[in-house]
Amino acid sequence: MEDLQSLAAAARTAIESAEDGQALETLRVEYLGKKGQVTALLKQLGKLSSEERPAAGAAINVVKQELQELIGQRKAAMETAAMEQALASQTIDVTLGGRGQDSGGLHPVTRTIERMEDFFGGIGFEVVEGPEIEDDYHNFEALNIPAHHPARAMHDTFYVDEHTVLRTHTSPVQVRVMENEAPPLKIVCPGRVYRCDSDLTHTPMFHQLEGLLIDEESSFADLKGLIQDFLHAFFENDQLSVRFRPSYFPFTEPSAEVDIQCVNCGGDGCRVCSHTGWIEVMGCGMVHPKVFEYSNIDTERFSGFAFGMGVERLSMLKYGINDLRIYFENDLRFLEQFN
Amino acid sequence: MKISEQWLKEWVDPGLPTDELAHLITMGGLEVDGVEPVAGEFSGVIVAEITAAEQHPNADKLRVCQVNTGTETVQIVCGAPNARVGLRAPLARVGAVLPGDFKIAAAKLRDVESQGMLCAEQELGLSDANDGLMELAANAPVGTDLRDYLQLEDQVIEVDLTPNRADCLGLLGIAREVGVLTNRPVKSLEIQEVKSTILDVFDVQIEAPTGCARYLGRVIKGVDISRPSPLWMQERLRRAGLRSIDAVVDVTNYVLLELGQPMHAFDLSKLEGAIVVREAGVDESLELLNGQTAELTPGTLLITDASGPVAIAGIMGGQPTAVSDNTVDIMLEAAFFQPLALAGKARSYGLHTDSSHRFERGVDFELQHRAMERATQLLVDAVGGSVGPITETVADAHLPVRAAVLLRRMRIEKLLGFALEDAEVERILNGLGLATSAVDGGWSVAVPSWRFDISIEADLLEELARVYGYNNLPVTHIHSDLVIRPLPERVQSLRNIRRRLTGRGYREAVTYSFVDPAGQALFDPQLEPVALANPISAEMSVMRTSLLPGLMESLKRNTSRQQQRVRLFETGLRFVPDGGELTQAPTIAGVVTGRLHPESWSEEGEAVDFYDTKGDVEALLQLTAEPQAFRFTAATRTGLHPGQTAALYRGEALVGYIGALHPSVQASYDVSTPVYVFELDLGLLRGAAMPAFAELSRYPEVRRDIAVLVDREVPAAELLENVRTVAGTYLTDLRLFDVYEGKGIDPKRKSLALGLTYRDSSRTLSDEDVNKSVDQVIDLLRKTYNAELRN
Repeated sequence: MEDLQSLAAAARTAIESAEDGQALETLRVEYLGKKGQVTALLKQLGKLSSEERPAAGAAINVVKQELQELIGQRKAAMETAAMEQALASQTIDVTLGGRGQDSGGLHPVTRTIERMEDFFGGIGFEVVEGPEIEDDYHNFEALNIPAHHPARAMHDTFYVDEHTVLRTHTSPVQVRVMENEAPPLKIVCPGRVYRCDSDLTHTPMFHQLEGLLIDEESSFADLKGLIQDFLHAFFENDQLSVRFRPSYFPFTEPSAEVDIQCVNCGGDGCRVCSHTGWIEVMGCGMVHPKVFEYSNIDTERFSGFAFGMGVERLSMLKYGINDLRIYFENDLRFLEQFN
Repeated sequence: MKISEQWLKEWVDPGLPTDELAHLITMGGLEVDGVEPVAGEFSGVIVAEITAAEQHPNADKLRVCQVNTGTETVQIVCGAPNARVGLRAPLARVGAVLPGDFKIAAAKLRDVESQGMLCAEQELGLSDANDGLMELAANAPVGTDLRDYLQLEDQVIEVDLTPNRADCLGLLGIAREVGVLTNRPVKSLEIQEVKSTILDVFDVQIEAPTGCARYLGRVIKGVDISRPSPLWMQERLRRAGLRSIDAVVDVTNYVLLELGQPMHAFDLSKLEGAIVVREAGVDESLELLNGQTAELTPGTLLITDASGPVAIAGIMGGQPTAVSDNTVDIMLEAAFFQPLALAGKARSYGLHTDSSHRFERGVDFELQHRAMERATQLLVDAVGGSVGPITETVADAHLPVRAAVLLRRMRIEKLLGFALEDAEVERILNGLGLATSAVDGGWSVAVPSWRFDISIEADLLEELARVYGYNNLPVTHIHSDLVIRPLPERVQSLRNIRRRLTGRGYREAVTYSFVDPAGQALFDPQLEPVALANPISAEMSVMRTSLLPGLMESLKRNTSRQQQRVRLFETGLRFVPDGGELTQAPTIAGVVTGRLHPESWSEEGEAVDFYDTKGDVEALLQLTAEPQAFRFTAATRTGLHPGQTAALYRGEALVGYIGALHPSVQASYDVSTPVYVFELDLGLLRGAAMPAFAELSRYPEVRRDIAVLVDREVPAAELLENVRTVAGTYLTDLRLFDVYEGKGIDPKRKSLALGLTYRDSSRTLSDEDVNKSVDQVIDLLRKTYNAELRN
């Protein structure tokens, strides 16, 4: 039995010092394999007396089990170490930037129009578009601006020929809708408009969004409510002061200009609001009965209101942009600020 | 329109400080553009008289003046050319403070003592005039403080009137507004009839009654034109922005400001025969007061005499008959010219006058008599003269008609959203000069001759709303029945299309719809673009037939500012003429140059190429859910590289083009790296298919790869299409996974590697099934494309 103990001791030492899986396998064969040393001891049990055999056998089995476990543990330890080493070598700098295409972005005009469409679309207005080269009937006549009306001079119109213009506002789209659809109507018309004017604060092309609501019961009070709600939503400020000022548009009566409290100074007066505390943001009014007559809408039964706003103007106020002309230069340093 | 607050207060006392008055006027619909003091802030300036003026001993342009201050005589060195003996002018004494906190001290100018400064208007903040000393009246009280003398404690309120409110183009109208807005009484101007002392008249005939329905004339003889208009009148004119010319012109201007009636005065001695109001014929011209000679277009309304035109009616008088220093007898005109007859006329002569501004918008057609009496009185007071009787020529049938307007109580409530009390309705309308009489359910409202903007009920509602105050009207929230709309899935939204491109690194641009014809010609020389009659500039003179010229300008702008990688797209209309028709086609276009990816540690700087851009276009086609409905074919397009351009079709319809910019075009834009562009019809891109579900097979797929050599010219898309046709129904996927040209193969040939994937939904495919298909494919490739199988 001394042999068994010294064999076990030698095996333990060998397993402990095995350097890799290969060496470990060799040791397993050497001790526990069919021709291994422990197996050989078991085979010699037959030579012992029947009294000695159980104890001797049990002792050998204890050693055999111990060595099996030791080999197993050693193997697992080696695999863990190997995995750790592999993982260590695979470490990357996760702070490096990702690969591939970057994302672009929408122009602030589109971004602003989409916000407006979302507001009005959410309360049932339909988005309608129309031609930009327009006949003077739809751009002026049907909007109660006859030839030689002083209001035509207000429009700085681009002419293609005597009766064809670049639309000076998106209102002709409303006329086209009224010609083709019966009220009640709720529409908004975004798009490009053109005025023959170019200086620091005017570009010959800009964008408007016009709205039209025609119903059996619609009043100036409704118009005020809708405009106020829109401006509160657009500027995300339901404390924003909004005021209505009488004005003149040939296609609405009564007509109003809408001012908001200056979003830059909060109404205290600054460069943005020319020190008045107020900024003009849109025009609106009750649809002029003449306009209804042009489209054969019964003015006794229906009433309605229309409003129109400058997209660039509202987006300048929203994003604090101080230069109108930059909108059409498409400088990436500008566009990249809108993602 | 500029009004003096002091003057206004003579008519109506608003009982409000200036800023509140200005706010009230603005909120009443007459937008106040600004309020400014009539003079700068200064003190210590008095009326003084120059009693002696001698040449400065050491300076050519200076004079040494002795100036009487009322209590003493002081010496002032002055450089003004009009510094002369007897002139009364403002003197800033030692200790005076002028605008800008400029303190006046005793000084020596070129060794001569000066005890103060004689002032020009500009130095006192009175006007921009700086060409000499301000000349005060000969009887100006020497020694009086200038502020008291000129009553300078006053503000000028500038009102920006909308074109419908011509009635407020005179102080009379503004006073009426202020009265009703503040609920204060308005003084009525007492105008006395001036008795005629002579019988002289000058005949007037109206031959164009549609343009001129009323013409009043009056002869005044023996005026002393050397006498100036009174100081108070000059001051009021100055505060309204008008310069004093002579008493006759000043009086006509004053009446224009006060009542809103433009008038004209002729030198009677220069008139021949009779006044005839008629339209211009051919080949007539007139030298105008401003020195310009107008070639008169036929149809222009004229005032003429026996010798020809003497004035363009309502716009400007002629020089030959104008009042001058030598005038003794005059003929005054007060007329009503129809807005329509004058509309656009002044502009067509490059003119815009106080008179044309008013007549175009509408002058009270019953005002002429009062205006004539008022002007006569003021004129006689200033320059004397014998007054003839007024001659009035009127074409009654052509005077505007003011029909009464029915105002219904229930419409007020319906359209303004609340019920206004009857008494308030009447107060507002009556205050504006609109007489009301009760009728069943409301009022019958008479419209006065000065209101050209009231003819229907809605006009009255506006008057009520604005005077009551828009901001005092209620606010309600709209309500309506929910309308359930269809939710079409077969139309792709523009939002999704745009976002697919922004997701692929594109920035959205917005370029002008009008472009430079030269840029246009680079892409569409065959089209005659729509040209603007009045463009801003030559570079913005034609409507784009393609979005590419505008996008290329934007790309160039960026590359010239050190941006080496540009990816831009735009959506918008193209304006394509086709015969006599014009198509305004919604379009999407893009331009790309520089690196494929942003510069990064992980990129090697690969430049974008045709296929990258084509991938972007294909990503748009994917949105239609039926990309197989589209096909690309090799094509040419002006402006693009002839060997790197594809046309895109959906069925037989041309969707657009994609390609490399032609190297010469690229060079013309001064861009150093290749540019790839696409331009597609949005209408054809937006129709989408409905996704159709197919059962997922439980059986395995089989893949076979084939590599063949074919001629280089063989278009891959066509070859693949033919392979798909012969491969049979088990083929589920076909990929071209390698293309090789070059070393190791015939230079006229290219190698294509095809991956064919087979699968059936009801069973596992046998080798036999697959081999049969592959054999058919190889057979096709051999026969149709002379293909050679590679191992």
